[in-house]
Amino acid sequence: MQTVKIVVTGPFNSGKSAFIQSVSEIDVVSTERKITSEAEKIKNTTTVAMDFGRITVDEDLVLYLFGTPGQRRFDFMWEILSEGMLGFIVMVDSTRPETFREARSILETFRAYAPTPYVVAANKQDLEDAWDVEDMRIALRLPDNVKILPCVATDKESVKKVLLELLFSILEEVEKNSSQ
Amino acid sequence: MALKGNLRDFSVTQLLNLIHLAHKTGALKVKGETTANAYFREGKLAYAHMDNEPDDLATILYRDKKITRAQYRTLKSRAGHLNDKALGLLLINAGYLTQEDILASVQSHYLSTMQRLFAWAEGLFVFDAHAAPPNGKILTKIGLGNLIIEGARRLREWEKLQDEIPNLDMALKFTERPGTDLRKLNLSVEEWRVVSYINPRNTIRQIARATKMTDLEIRRIVYSLLQAGLVELVRPEGQTVPKPIHTALEGKSKEEQKSLVNRLIARIRGL
Repeated sequence: MQTVKIVVTGPFNSGKSAFIQSVSEIDVVSTERKITSEAEKIKNTTTVAMDFGRITVDEDLVLYLFGTPGQRRFDFMWEILSEGMLGFIVMVDSTRPETFREARSILETFRAYAPTPYVVAANKQDLEDAWDVEDMRIALRLPDNVKILPCVATDKESVKKVLLELLFSILEEVEKNSSQ
Repeated sequence: MALKGNLRDFSVTQLLNLIHLAHKTGALKVKGETTANAYFREGKLAYAHMDNEPDDLATILYRDKKITRAQYRTLKSRAGHLNDKALGLLLINAGYLTQEDILASVQSHYLSTMQRLFAWAEGLFVFDAHAAPPNGKILTKIGLGNLIIEGARRLREWEKLQDEIPNLDMALKFTERPGTDLRKLNLSVEEWRVVSYINPRNTIRQIARATKMTDLEIRRIVYSLLQAGLVELVRPEGQTVPKPIHTALEGKSKEEQKSLVNRLIARIRGL
């Protein structure tokens, strides 16, 4: 049995846990705790170590989705979680420009861990205050060749599209490497 | 789609950078110490105004010393009913001022309004892409490059600069964006010195050494250039890309790798 993993990262409350829950065939194994910090009390719980979901591909292959903790004080977990990943997804809350700088910093950190393909998911695009995806590209300083995709983490079809786009990028990378 | 937030989280410089790079058309309203309004056409400044401040053409021309106090009073009493465009035409046709005179004053007024916005650390902003241009006002086409550079120069906070440019071992390269003309920007001597070293082979740290700049100084200049959309951060050429200690695809043939990814794609599609 082979297992592969994709890491879902992003700032606090960007929707990482919801993203994994939307497609996982098991109840997401989560390490959520009640939030104690006043500044972060925009939701009741947060992921403190990681959460992961599973998608069984066939009898020989399982895909795990690992969500990183959103709070920066748990960032010592990130490098451990990124070990061996196929690629990663950076979740960004489209309605909270105050988190864009942190998203950029997380993105740079993960890029430094491993040169694996990644996509950016502009989450909460169903909300009225959501920024346009192309505006977010500029705000996040993403080069044109990096995919930034509209996403609603609670909508399974939307999550599937993001995962597929990441897998297409991974496939392109494999093909590019094989032609070199 | 909304484009709104607080200047605390997304500064005026960053906003102008976004409007500039996305060639946006629409109205920007910022509610801070007072309310500032600006209108942009295809990424260029067309109009700017602070609420509670007179911005009629007669006042702008008087403040810019293009007309005398007596002329100002006459215009206010006899042509007070005319909008700025009509008054401008009247002054040109009467031979009092040239179109260039009027445009220069209006541009200077709009720029000074925007420059004052840079001092605002807080304020709710909203950009409305469907708003109509202000009625009767003289609209300009001021490129935002210089304004952005000027705004970025004001960023003094070390922590913010460190957040913006965390890694001095990255290199810079010029963006291949159409419409960005280095020659039209008013760069300082220090900025030109940095520009002369921009090359994907030179790290920011090396440029700082060559130009004898401190970390703070180089970060500030690189931030200005980034905000103006002139350069982008890249991994230095020739530097070895870090390899992950282990990847799921390692040790497999290319065909096996493709097969694995294709199986994942098929499964996700079928969910």
